[in-house]
Amino acid sequence: MYDSGKVIVGLLIFAGIFLFPFIYQHGAPAKKPKPSLDTPAIKALPVKKCVEDTKFMITTHMQFLNHWRDQALREGNRWYVNKAGKKVWISLQNTCLKCHSNKKDFCDKCHNYAAVQPYCWDCHYDPNGSKL
Amino acid sequence: MSMMDRRKFLKVAGLSTLIGLGGSSAFELLKPGKVDAEMEHGAHGHHEAANEEGKETGPKTRWAMLIDMKAITKEKAEKIIHTCHYLHNVPNWGNPKDEIKWIWEEEYEHVFTDSYNEYDEVLEKLPFLLMCNHCDEPPCARVCPVEATFRRPDGVVAQDYHRCIGCRFCMAACPYGSRSFNWLDPRVALKKEMAQGRKLNKQFPTRMRGVVEKCNFCVERLDAGKKPACVEACPDVMHFGNLADENSNVRKILRERISLRRKLELGTKPSVFYLV
Repeated sequence: MYDSGKVIVGLLIFAGIFLFPFIYQHGAPAKKPKPSLDTPAIKALPVKKCVEDTKFMITTHMQFLNHWRDQALREGNRWYVNKAGKKVWISLQNTCLKCHSNKKDFCDKCHNYAAVQPYCWDCHYDPNGSKL
Repeated sequence: MSMMDRRKFLKVAGLSTLIGLGGSSAFELLKPGKVDAEMEHGAHGHHEAANEEGKETGPKTRWAMLIDMKAITKEKAEKIIHTCHYLHNVPNWGNPKDEIKWIWEEEYEHVFTDSYNEYDEVLEKLPFLLMCNHCDEPPCARVCPVEATFRRPDGVVAQDYHRCIGCRFCMAACPYGSRSFNWLDPRVALKKEMAQGRKLNKQFPTRMRGVVEKCNFCVERLDAGKKPACVEACPDVMHFGNLADENSNVRKILRERISLRRKLELGTKPSVFYLV
């Protein structure tokens, strides 16, 4: 093999660079996102409870928001009655984001982690933020 | 062997022609009354269904807007437009090409093209406010391929921006020019205006590029039990009420005043009335 020294060294350097991220992160899982619940509105709540229970909201909020959207826009029904029998006004900007007034540290945390870009924010926005 | 008589021959010939033409469907077509019934159904089926539905329970609500042309002034018209466009975050691009409008001003000549009378010097000078007519038979909803725009049971023609694909069929179908298309991201214009002091209504979303928008009769306020924003801005000019209720404010006014509606001959049954 001609220039075997250079080729092998080159290959080793390439393999080193290529494998570096895998070796570097070995055994350490990517940090789980921790959406922040630290907002004045949530702090002021006597019982820290969302519209439905936390587990349901974490796993099903996408379908749940779609259901809300269809109820409000297509059925003209803006009241949602939750499992506890409490009435809630259906609105992303005026209900969800009133408590979760920290879109950056709440919504975006998991969405960035999961690399999903929900199109909610094409039209809706955080009414508490200064940016549109 | 007897010869086939003339009568029998004609019968056989006629039958074979029918079978040749369309098989069994030809016979069905000629069943007495069938074609008439189908034609009737095709032309009026929709109405009959609506009437039958109406007979049982009666449409409880049919929202309508009355615009008093005797009370309106240029200033009031501008106030109404400003209120609506502020509350719904309607951007102002500053040019007619990209213009987005929910409610706007137009001259009599352009509003009532069919009944325009060049000697009518009073009407000519009035600022007519135009908006979505929330038709009973909305052509926009009929052509929408994704049912993004539809008629609610209370008569509001609603637009679901989540579904709109921006095909603009509805814009072609609307005889009133009530619909605007977002050629550009409306937030670009809003941001520019906000830098110059415009305020955003943070209770209402914006739209995105590539959707059609129009007046929504303030459904977000109606559902909350409030009146449309234009009515709140100028209650002496704009009257809002339930056409289905004989004793409603709008029905009372319509009994007393002469009213015009736009392009009635098209059969869209608009629900915006101009009191003259």
